[in-house]
This record gives sequence, C-alpha cells and structure tokens, in this order.
Amino acid sequence: MLSKTVAELAGALTRKEVSARELTQAYLDKIHQLNPALNAFVTITAEKALAQADTADSRRAQGNAGPLTGIPIAHKDIFCTRGVLTACGSRMLHNFIAPYDATVVERLEQAGAIMLGKTNMDEFAMGSSNETSWFGPVRNPWDHARVPGGSSGGSAAAVAAGLCAMATGTDTGGSIRQPASFCGLTGLKPTYGRVSRWGMIAFASSLDQAGPLTRSAEDAALMMNAIAGSDLRDSTCLELGFEDFTAKLNEPLAGLRIGLPREHFTKDLNPAVQTILQNAIRTLESLGASFKEVTLPNNYLSVPAYYVIAPAEASANLSRFDGVRFGYRCENPDNLDDLYKRSRGEGFGDEVKRRIMVGTYALSAGYYDAYYIKAQKIRRLIKQDFDSAFNDVDLILGPTSPHTAFKLGEKVSDPVTMYLEDIYTIAVNLAGLPGMSLPAGMLNGLPIGMQLVGPSLSESRLLNVAHQFQMNTDWHSQRPEV
Amino acid sequence: MNWETVIGLEVHVQLATKSKLFSGSATEFGAAPNTQASTYDLALPGTLPVMNEEVLRMAVSFGLAVDADIGKRSVFDRKNYFYPDLPKGYQITQLEFPTVGRGSLKIQLENGSEKVIGITRAHIEEDAGKSLHEDFQGMSGIDLNRAGTPLLEIVSDPDLRNAKEAVAYLKKLHSIILYLGISDGNMSQGSMRCDANVSVRKKGATEFGTRTEIKNVNSFRFVEKAINYEVQRQIELIEDGGRVVQETRLYDSDKDETRSMRSKEVANDYRYFPEPDLLPVIIDDEYIAAVRATLPELPGARCLRFVSQYSLSEYDADVLTSSRNMADYFEEVARLCGDAKLSANWVTADLLGLLNKNDLDITSSPIKPAQLGTMISRIKDNTISGKLAKTVFEALAEGESDVDQIIEARGLKQVTDTGAIEKLVDDVIASNPDQVAQYRAGKDAVFGFFVGQAMKISKGKANPAQLNELLRNKLKAE
Repeated sequence: MLSKTVAELAGALTRKEVSARELTQAYLDKIHQLNPALNAFVTITAEKALAQADTADSRRAQGNAGPLTGIPIAHKDIFCTRGVLTACGSRMLHNFIAPYDATVVERLEQAGAIMLGKTNMDEFAMGSSNETSWFGPVRNPWDHARVPGGSSGGSAAAVAAGLCAMATGTDTGGSIRQPASFCGLTGLKPTYGRVSRWGMIAFASSLDQAGPLTRSAEDAALMMNAIAGSDLRDSTCLELGFEDFTAKLNEPLAGLRIGLPREHFTKDLNPAVQTILQNAIRTLESLGASFKEVTLPNNYLSVPAYYVIAPAEASANLSRFDGVRFGYRCENPDNLDDLYKRSRGEGFGDEVKRRIMVGTYALSAGYYDAYYIKAQKIRRLIKQDFDSAFNDVDLILGPTSPHTAFKLGEKVSDPVTMYLEDIYTIAVNLAGLPGMSLPAGMLNGLPIGMQLVGPSLSESRLLNVAHQFQMNTDWHSQRPEV
Repeated sequence: MNWETVIGLEVHVQLATKSKLFSGSATEFGAAPNTQASTYDLALPGTLPVMNEEVLRMAVSFGLAVDADIGKRSVFDRKNYFYPDLPKGYQITQLEFPTVGRGSLKIQLENGSEKVIGITRAHIEEDAGKSLHEDFQGMSGIDLNRAGTPLLEIVSDPDLRNAKEAVAYLKKLHSIILYLGISDGNMSQGSMRCDANVSVRKKGATEFGTRTEIKNVNSFRFVEKAINYEVQRQIELIEDGGRVVQETRLYDSDKDETRSMRSKEVANDYRYFPEPDLLPVIIDDEYIAAVRATLPELPGARCLRFVSQYSLSEYDADVLTSSRNMADYFEEVARLCGDAKLSANWVTADLLGLLNKNDLDITSSPIKPAQLGTMISRIKDNTISGKLAKTVFEALAEGESDVDQIIEARGLKQVTDTGAIEKLVDDVIASNPDQVAQYRAGKDAVFGFFVGQAMKISKGKANPAQLNELLRNKLKAE
C-alpha cells in the first residue's frame, strides 16, 4: 500500500479501502521504523499530520475531496512551514520557525495533502549528494552506502523508501532531477515562474524552482495541478490561468519529434547509460516518436556560467543570515564585526561558505564584467541554443546524470567533480525551461533516469510523454527492498 | 588666491505612500519600534518583494515636474553591505536604469537672475531601519519601522557654486515635492535628507577638485552652514599645502563643523547586480501621459500666471509660489477681497514677517485667509486706513477673530465725514501760521507736516485721500 502511486492511493481512499488517518498512521509508522537509518526526515509532524488526516477524511465524507485529499506528503526543508521548524539543512536555521507557509505548502494543504514532516537536504540546497546537510547525510534506499543525490535528497529517499506518497523538491541546477534519477523517481522542474517561490528559502533566485518528486508522471501532474499558478506575492511568478496537467497524459505520441543533443551523446557518456537511453528511445519510437540529432553548442559552458550566477545571487540571498534577527547567533559577541563573523562562520558549512566567497568575488568591482556579465551572456547563448533546437523538435531527450548514485564520501572532498554531476541538468535552469527526469533503466541494481526537456510552459507535453513511456515500461514501478 | 566652489547634492525624499516600497507595512512616522515591520521587512527567509505601484507614479510625476527623461524600462539592483538596520544585507535600489533620467530645475539667484541646475537622475530605493544606540547599555536597538520605506534619491549635477545656490536648489526641490504631494518634505523628521558633495578648485580650472561628501544634513540652514564650513576647511587645507581626502564627513550642528566619518567607507564595494526577485518595470507613453494629466500646476507655471493674471512683480510671484500652501493662501485672500496687489503686499510683507518671527509655516498661520481677506476689504471700502489696518492685523495675530469687531472695539474707523475733516484742517492751519507761510512761499515739503499734525489729532483715523485734498485746497486758498 505505501509504495502505491498517488493516483492509486486516491482510488483506494475514494473506494474507502483505507482512510486518510490509517494511511497517515501507516506512513508515520514506517518513518519511525526506517528513518533512523535513512535520515530522510529532519522533522516529523505526526500530530499535525493526523489532524490533517481527520480533516481529509471528513472532506472525503462530504464529497468535497480532490485527488490529493488525504495523500501524505513530505516537504523539502527549504519550504517555510508555519509553526514548524524550517532549517534548510543548516545550523544557521537550526531554530527558525517561520510564522507563515510557503505558497507551495499552502496550496498542497488546501488540496488536502497531509504533511508528514520536513525532509533533509543539502545545506541551503547547495550540493548534489545531500552530504552538505548540517543534519548529516541521507542514505539512498537502494543502497545505504550510496547518496540519494541532492539537493532534494531527503525528499527523493523518502518517496523511494515509501515513507511518503509524494514529496516537494526544489531545483536550481538539477536538485529535483538528479535525486529522481538516483532514487528511481519521476521528478519535474517546471518552467521558471510556473510555481511561486514565495516562502521557499532562496538559493539563486533567478534559477530556483519548486517541483514534484513522485513515483509516476501521473502523480507529478496531480501535484502540479495543486502547486502551479500565479501568486501576487512572487513578482517573478507567471500570470497564467489554471492548467490541468493531467488532461494530456493520454494523448498519443504519434508525430512527436524528439531531439538528441549531439553534445550529450558522445564517447564520454557511460556506455551502460548510453544503452539504457537507446532502449528508451526505441520504446518511444515504437509509440510513434521520431528522433533527430540537435545541437546545443554552448552547453559545455553551462557549469562555469552557473557557478558564477548561482553563487553571485546566493552571496546576496544569504546576507540576511547575520545573527541579528533570527537563526544562529554566536555566543557572547565582542562587537558587531565579531557577531557577523562568528555567527556566519559557525552557522554556515563549508560548501555554503565556498559559494558565498565565489559569488562575492564574481560581483566584486573589477571582476563583475569578466565574470557576472560574461556568465549572463553565456546564459543568453544557452537559451538561444534551446530556442533554435525547439524550432526542429518538440522535446529533447538525454541523460539526467552521468551515472547511477555514487558512494557516500566519494566526491565530497572534490567540489569540481561534484559540480560536474549537474552537467546535463544545469543548462535547463539557466534557460528557465521545464525539465524532468524519469526512470529509464537499472544498472547494477541501481536506478538511472533519463531527462526530457521542453520549451517554456511545455510541462503538459513532458508529462504526457513520460506517462506514455511509463504505460509501456515498468522502470518507474521498481522499488528498493527496505 | 581665488577659489571656486563646486557642489552637487544628493537628496533623499521619503515618498508619502501609505505602505512600504516592497511590503504592505504602514509607513507612518513615530510608531512604537518594530510595530510597522512585516516578515519581508524583517528579511525572514522565503519572503519576496512586491513593488508598490504608487511609488512608481510618484517618481514619474517628479520626473515630469523637472522635465526629465522618464525611464520606460527601469531595473532594480541590489546594493550589498552589512549593517544591522539593513535586514536583507542589501538595499534594493536602481543603478543603471533609474525611473527618472536627466532633467533640470531653475533657481532664482540673489541678484534676481535665474540659473538652470541639471538633475542627473532620480532613482527609487528602499530606506534602511534605524539603529538606536542610547538606552541599551552597551548594546544597540534596531527599529525596522523605517526599513523599506520608499525613497526617491535625486542627484544634481555639480552645477551649484556656493552654499546659497545649494539652499535655493534645495528649497526649489522642496517646493516641487510639496506641490506634487509626493512627500511631506519634513526635514527634521528625515522625510527629506541631503548629502552634499563639495569640492573647491582654482578659478578658471577645468578639472574638479577632490570632493568630500557631507552626510545627512537636516535643515536648509545647516546645509548652508555645513557647506560654508567645509569650503573654508578645504581652502585652508590646500593653501596650507595639504590635500583634500575623498571621504564622507558628518556635520555637527552644535559645533558648526564637519568631521571625518570612517574614510574606509569610500572603499566599500557594494557589488551591485540586478535584483532577480523583481522584474524590470516597463511603462509606456500612455502611462506617462496619464501621470502627466494628474500633475498639479507647478511653481514655475503658477508664478508666471500670478505675474500675468494679477500683475504681480516677478519677485512677489516667486515668493508667493514658493510653496503650494502659500500660493493657495494668497489666492484665497485675493479672491475674497478682490485686490490681488494689496493681498500680495500683505501676505509677502506682514504675514510672512509674522510667520518668520514665530517660526511658523503658512499652514499654521494664526491669521486665516478669510480674516486677512476681510481686513483688506475694509481697507478697500475705506472703513479703515492702511495704516490702522496694521493694528487690526496685530489683533488678529494675537488671536482675536472678528475683523469688524476689532475695528469697532478699538474705534479704528476712518473719519470720512467731509465736515469733520474740514474742521480738522482749519484747526491745523490756524495753529501753525509759520509753516503755512513757508508752504505758501513754495516749500512743498512742509505739506507732510500738516498731514502729520492732522493725523495726530485724528489719531490716524482721518481718511488720507480726503485729508490731502482738503489740505491742498485750503493751503492754496487766500
């Protein structure tokens, strides 16, 4: 039961095979049992969850329920939750309780989803392995010696291990898609501006986007129906009317043109991953899609450009954590400078400090043009590459990650190797486009995903292709033994 | 050695919106600390800015009032620095693409000529909170009520050549801002704050000297004094073989001197970059035209109208239009009594004198336009003489309210009865035979003596015109 999809659970709830309270209690029990080993949750809100479950049950009884009513969810600890600790993986916020809910949290609650708790993550979403968290690393449910990916590692591990039915994530450079690939999940990073960022702790404001981590494309569509849409509190949120992301799930793929970026299918690509992608391509071909090579000539610049823009924005976004009004404050500061230096020195971890320094440097007088401005130019070129590719094709398919989940500790001491983890995902954030990862195969007992990228606002199309793929394959139905 | 002073002003004007620039918090002055600070103003994580559109309208209206280029695409930037009263660790401002571009302002110089002062730009930004260093024994208090209040920073070209010009420019700005109603302009409460960039150079030099910036001077008078002090300091420094250091200086009004603040502040690197939480603000001609249509008559135009419509001197018109409230006051008085010239005289001389003496603003004048209007009407209908009107004016200033009652109670009514005046004239002529002889011998100047005598006897109440006429006739006779 706990490993079923949201769509299946909604059916079970509707048919009264299970109540929201029973379902919630079952997930809480499983969290209690497995979380000590996985460390996926940092906060468990059992009492609140059971109260919400009762509300969901009465809504269902009144016939006032949507598909998510009564479905237990976990929120990445980057989303502010009223009255519940929001630590963002950092000692800096180890004591921060927001007096408000993020728009995403609020909308899911309105849809009747039940919050089980908050999930572990890389500190301030900076990381690709969930190893930078102040709360310790998360274990990959497929192999506890391996990382779940990051930064939304706790959310991915929780869904994969059946500790919740679905989870929220955020994706600044691949933080939904890479963990989805490592944990065998479907993860969608929506078009920039599709989902409100209000109440979501900012890493890099021009790149951050919230999205679903689920067991199927259909589930992702159901979550998108709840979280997408304009929000007056976020000026960068697009003003769009309601879109039913499930409406096109069953459209046939005949006539679909998919591009394969030359730059992603090179001899550098792991042959096993290559084989898995070829199999997926054949499946999609059999469903009516045609394939064609496209080129993204500036893609190779995406990692360097990203590691200027994201740290630059982060260096300012994280200035508010100064020990003055909330969060971590050092003991007995001598004076103001000491308060700043020690609060930030003790409150932030190494990776966060590294990025603040890189960003500060990139914005400094004399370097701004050489780094920040140049990175912005590259960003425009990368966007143009996608735009011209989408003149010829409807979607682009490629790898999400260069490999399956790696071992804990394997890359944590080498930042550059870690940064290259996101080589296939980062360009999508720079271009503001929707991208998703869905399970495409297994390699040595570990799942691996493929990535679909579409033009701006093409989420319905991406979900349609993913759903059709999942109707004809069972990679997404694989579950780890837990 | 002959020195020339070069001054440029940066004026921060707090815009009189009901809520803050990027949050819904109230902006009222004087509330209990931190009662007007929302989650955004506290920079709690996850909160985001949403632009207050009223701020844009106010900025554009200012731009139109100084004939400036209006930025059709303005962009907000982050200015990064750490300070406890700056909650986000950056200030949202406009660096490269301000809402108001190049414009200009005319000021009146003391010699009566006009000078055009260039306005480089005016940009929208957030105010910081306040650090309170008293009352907290060894600690500082932070009040974030002001944090996020909208400011318009108006930057002038270095066109000002002395402290008086700087003050004239500042007063003109102040007047425009009040005309537009975009700020209360209250300098003592910090609604209008002035930083002055001051340098000196040898007359005829083309390069600017090294400048210092005097921060946050909070009255017109202090601006003048601070600049004068700083100019003198720089000249003496250079003449003594020293060099002016580019730095920020603070004016101490108690000691009437400027002194150096941290000079390392000049070396601050603010690491500006475009604010990713806000989209560029795009406006079109239609928007600008709509704002233009709401502009009130501005001081320049009103001044010209006063000259042509009321036949006032340029000087009087300029004084009367220096503030919107003053101009409104004058027009109300003129309407009530039907004599603009006389109204202008009373307002610019007696009323302004009274207000200045008591350090009052026209809005808190003890004499209301209706009272002054009635009083002038009584001059016009010959009830009182212009001279005795001063007595009425003083009574009004003391708080008496009814003009006619004042005239009645004090017996200030003019004597207009020809018989009575004739008797008066006869008496004066009869009792001053020597002077009569002098006058008749051609010494015209003696005429004033007779008037004075007659007025003295009548206690000033004789109608001057009638008196003059009768005197001349009677003295001429025989």
